[in-house]
Parts: sequence; structure tokens; C-alpha cells
Amino acid sequence: MQISGAQMVIEALIAEEVEVVFGYPGGAIMNVYDEIYKQRSFQHILTRHEQAAVHAAEGYAKATGKVGVAMITSGPGFTNGVTGLADAYMDSIPLVVISGQVPMSLIGTDAFQEIDAVGISRPCTKHNYLVTDAADLPRILKEAFYIARTGRPGPVHVDIPKDVTAQIATFDYSKEVELETYKPTTKGNARQIKKAIEAIAAAKRPLLYLGGGVISSGAADLVREFSTMTQIPAVETFMARGTLRYDDPLLISMLGMHGSYAANMAMSETDLVIGLGARFDDRVTGKLSEFAKNARIIHVDIDPASVSKLVHAHFPIVGDIKNVLEQMIPLAKEQVNPTRYESWHNTIANFNKLHPLSYKEEGDRLKPQWVIERIGQLLGDGANISTDVGQHQMWTAQFYPFTRPRQWVSSGGLGTMGFGFPAALGVKRADPEKVSINITGDGSILMNIQELMTAVEYKLPVINVILNNNFLGMVRQWQTLFYDKRHSSTDLSMQPDFVKLAEAFGGVGYRVNTKEEFDAALKDAIEKNVVAIIDVVVNRFENVLPMVPAGGSLFNMMLEYKEK
Amino acid sequence: MENARRVISVIVMNEASVLSRIVGLFSGRGYNIESLTVAPIPDSKYSRITIVTAGSVRVVEQITKQLHKLIPVLKVYEHADLVETEMALVKIPMSESLGDIEALTHAYNGRIVNVGSDTMIAMIADEPARVNHFLEAIKRFHPKEIVRSGSVALER
Repeated sequence: MQISGAQMVIEALIAEEVEVVFGYPGGAIMNVYDEIYKQRSFQHILTRHEQAAVHAAEGYAKATGKVGVAMITSGPGFTNGVTGLADAYMDSIPLVVISGQVPMSLIGTDAFQEIDAVGISRPCTKHNYLVTDAADLPRILKEAFYIARTGRPGPVHVDIPKDVTAQIATFDYSKEVELETYKPTTKGNARQIKKAIEAIAAAKRPLLYLGGGVISSGAADLVREFSTMTQIPAVETFMARGTLRYDDPLLISMLGMHGSYAANMAMSETDLVIGLGARFDDRVTGKLSEFAKNARIIHVDIDPASVSKLVHAHFPIVGDIKNVLEQMIPLAKEQVNPTRYESWHNTIANFNKLHPLSYKEEGDRLKPQWVIERIGQLLGDGANISTDVGQHQMWTAQFYPFTRPRQWVSSGGLGTMGFGFPAALGVKRADPEKVSINITGDGSILMNIQELMTAVEYKLPVINVILNNNFLGMVRQWQTLFYDKRHSSTDLSMQPDFVKLAEAFGGVGYRVNTKEEFDAALKDAIEKNVVAIIDVVVNRFENVLPMVPAGGSLFNMMLEYKEK
Repeated sequence: MENARRVISVIVMNEASVLSRIVGLFSGRGYNIESLTVAPIPDSKYSRITIVTAGSVRVVEQITKQLHKLIPVLKVYEHADLVETEMALVKIPMSESLGDIEALTHAYNGRIVNVGSDTMIAMIADEPARVNHFLEAIKRFHPKEIVRSGSVALER
């Protein structure tokens, strides 16, 4: 079939069964947008900023497990999207981001809206392409989708000069992807697995350390089966929330900087860490030399570069967690005795009793943690939860009763403020039956507030719950704790009227001061079925606790903070 | 062992962007590349890149893994036992003693490759450490210009 480069983009998206593209047009990508106009196979959602287009594609990808697609133009369109690429790269989210580029003949001439896009995206994508000939487009697009979703997933950027989108060439999408230099290992080494099972059978205090890889691998059910069968307790990283149900007796909680006392103590006391798709990130480990000091480490990950990157793995297993667990479960059934961990369970139960995750209700102001728990009580499994970045994000990770994988969508690695709202739009598009909540802060929400328009236009009724403390709360917390209360540039007392702001775009807004008002606002927002902002006035100086100060040991937690 | 000299060979697809992907892994960590050579491997679609750098075991191991992760990279070797050779060209004024220079280059697997009216060019090919010795020895002949090729290496 002889078609233009622009038509090839459309045909490739159709062949990949893409149902939605998030994007923003501009000069260099206009040929492709002309073809988008002519087709009826997929929806195009016009966000109001390119960054939001990429974050929305991330939200969609996180909620579905499919590859998210975003389309942007050259120059500023592309640079606006870079934050999204970097975010997806850090959190291993499968994306294909297509950008326009100035025509080949103008590349390198400082042409209008020209930037070396592949030069910029190189360190923040899994792979990228500059397409110089339309004849290469079918192969490149097919490779892009393949690379994005296989192995450790990640974003792939395809930069297409305008003249290439006009060029006519042969389109043949049937050829299988053949990359001699890229063959991810998916099956774990049987000998290593055998040794790992022996180590598990011999351990007295084994601990499952679950990371985001479990969710991207689609292995949560197998993890549940493995933990139930072996009775080995588990901690989750921030990225892994929802792998085990919140009420699973074997789930301790989240670990790390703002993890629970019990989770961090369990990690400090365990004699065998069973790491599944977790990367021993600095926010999890605290001081590396003290991390899981008494333990041997099993580390299962599809990315060989992650294994033993920060913590030496005694049993490195490179492979897809799903496959590895399928190999492990029958062996564990024979060899691991689930009744031998009673004293370990008791130890953990005592940690939990000693310092459970908690907060104190005091004064007139609502506590932010209450708001999150309340959303959980009212909606629970019926909501998908996105967040922005800061205190509200950590409280959500601590207090929301997650029940399933892909319910939780948050920017972990990069920590991108402004992620939550557009991501929640992508989540709503992916899973319209469930309520899509973006729990956010009064700082973060303003970083992509223009998406109110997208939400109204495409009828994506995301409910933004602002935990409004008139502060950039997390930075304020660090300033309080480590900078002698010099609150440099974190006081956000100057604020818009969020109610009117929502209304100005055609959404609904609520200002909430009490529990009753919150319940009523949430109920009303769900009924109105239009994008909403619930602006909840919360206690200004609440801190996220417990806390392991950066670089500290997990067992040295700050459990409470008293004003001096 | 901290910041010891390392030689890494990378077999890559012979395509436009591959060198910048590789170099980026070094520059992004503030690591200097001491020398870098690239040439196609005959009768294949691959090129061989030889990188000499200095770094701690941990960081170089990490870079090696990251190199593996790059899509167009086929193989990465961090050499332990290898044969390493480097070339150098030196431009020397004709006023210097041709015979002495010729004898010196011979000792380093070289010869005089060009003689002009004002200058001559001597070429040697030897282990990098010996190239250093040669360049020290040639100083007395007042070289006007020196160029080194960077290392190529093969595992024994």
C-alpha cells in the first residue's frame, strides 16, 4: 500500500489497536493531524498543554497496562512533553510519544520551532528515533510499540520531520519485529530459582519486598497466591500499592522514607528479602549500609541493570516476575513450610501494635489523613486514585485502602507535580465505570489546572480533592525539620478561589471545612458527573510521619514531631 | 583500585545515533572518556567501539549494565586480559636527524611515513604505555604536532 508518512502513522496506530491518542497539534505535526481528522478508528483528546497530553497517556497506560500514545509538535510542543517522558521513564510506563520535527532540509538551521528533540529525549526514554525516510516508518513505529511494552516497559519517542509525513512510501506492517540486539530475558534461570527456593525454605524471617514491577508484569494474582501459600509477610513500595489488598493479614504496609514503623522494622529484621520488581530506590532503603543488614537478598527483576545496582543480590534472577513466580510456586509448595513463621508473624504484629500508622484528630480543622480515609470508606474499590506530588501523595499511599493493582496512579520516581490531574483524565478514559479521584495539594493542582477544560470538553469527570494547607507542604515540612523553620517560598496563602475557578471552566467546585461538608461535596460531585474541585481546608502544619530522614537508617524513624 | 583505568569494548548496530547514546552514559555521570575508537566490523552490520576510561569498579560495572540496556547494543566486554594497541603520528621538523628518528620509531613498531620539504611524519603503533614512552623520547626532536588514535583492544 502506497501512502504518505502521515497516513502511515494512522495505519500503525490502528494496527496497534490504539483507542485513544492524547495530543496537541502544531506546525510540524499538521500533516498527521489532517489524517487524524479524517479517521474514525480512535479518539483524539486535545489536552490544553503538551505536558498534560503525555501525563494523560501515562495515566491511561497505568490503568490499562496498554501502551499510552501522545502526539505533540516540534520545538516547544516537544520540550513541554519532556517532563512526561522523563516521568514515564522513571516509573517504567509504556508510552509511544510521536513528535513533529521541522523538515529534513531545515534540521540544523535554527528553523522556527526547531529543537534537537532526539538529543533531548535520549537520556529520558527507553529508546528514540529520528525518522529520515517514510519507508522506515512502519518498521520504526512497530519497533516503538514493541520496545515500549516488552522487557522493562518505558517510553519510546519517535520524531518525524514534516516532509517525511508528506512523503509517499510502501506501508507494510505485517513484518514481525526483529531486533538482534534487543531480546529481553523473560524466563528466570531454573538453577537460580531452585537455590532461591532453598533459601526461602531455610529462612526464619523471610519478607516479600514488592515493587512496581509486580504490577507492570501483571503478577499481582501470583504474588497473592505465593504469599498466601507460604504465609510469608510482605511490604510494598510506593509503586506497588494495591498488589495485596489493604486488609490482607500478610501485608505489613508501605516501607521507606514514609513507610510504616512495622514495614521498616520488618525490613531491618528480616533474614531473607524476596525482592520482586523493586529497585532498592534511595527513598526505600535509607542508609544503604544499614538496609536489611541481617538478610540475604533474592532479587527478581526483568532489568538486569537493576539487579545488584545498589544492594548486592545473593540470588539474582533476571526475568519476568510472572514467569518466575510460575516457576517458583510449584517448588515452594513442596519445600516451604507455611506454619514455621509464627514467631516472625508475632514480631511483626508487635511492631504494628507499637506504632501503627495513625494520626490525631484535634482542633477544628480537618486532618488530611481523615479525608483520604473517608474517600476510602465511601468509595473504596469503586475509585481509581491518582495523586500529585507532596504530602498529600504520601498520606494517600499510607492511608488509602487499596484493593487491586492499577488502582493507584502516582508519579513515584520523578516526583512530578502536575502529574495527577492529567493522569486522572487518562485513568477515567481507560476505566469510565469507576470514579477517578485526583488527590492533590494546593501547590500541585495549579501546575496543570488548564486541564479543567479538557475534562469538560471530553466529559471526563475527574474529582480533584485538594488537601489545602496553604503551603507547599512537603518542602515546608523539611524546612520545619531541617531548616530551623525558615519557610522559604513555601507559604501559599495567596490562592485563587478554587470554586470559582472550577465553575469558570464549566465544572463544579466546593469549599469544605467540615466532615459533613466533605461527604456532601463528594456525593454531589459524583452525582453531577462533571469535573470537580473539592477544596478541603486542612490543618496547616500536619507532618507526614513516620519519617526516615534522607540518608538515615530505616530503623531510626522519626515517629512524632513536637513543636519546640 | 578506585578509579583504575578501564577498557570497555561495545559491539553496536552501525547506525546514526548509537555513539551519542553510549557517550551520554559517561557524560551524564561526569565521567571522562580518555579515548574512544569506532570502526565498522567487516562483513557485518555492527561496529566496534573501544572506550578507555577511569572509574571505580561499581560505577563502571553500572555503566556496563546500562550499556547492555541500550537497544542497539549487542555485546559489552569489560576487558581484563587483553592486547591493546594505539597509534601515534608525530610531525617533526626536517632539521632534526632523520636517522636517529628512524631508529627510534623502529623500536616502537613504526617508521617514517612522510617526508616533505619542511617536516616529516613518524608513525608508531604500540601498547598505550609504550606510546607514552615514545612520545617522551621523541621530545628531543622538537615535534611540532602529535596525534594519538586512542586504543583498540582484543581479549587474549
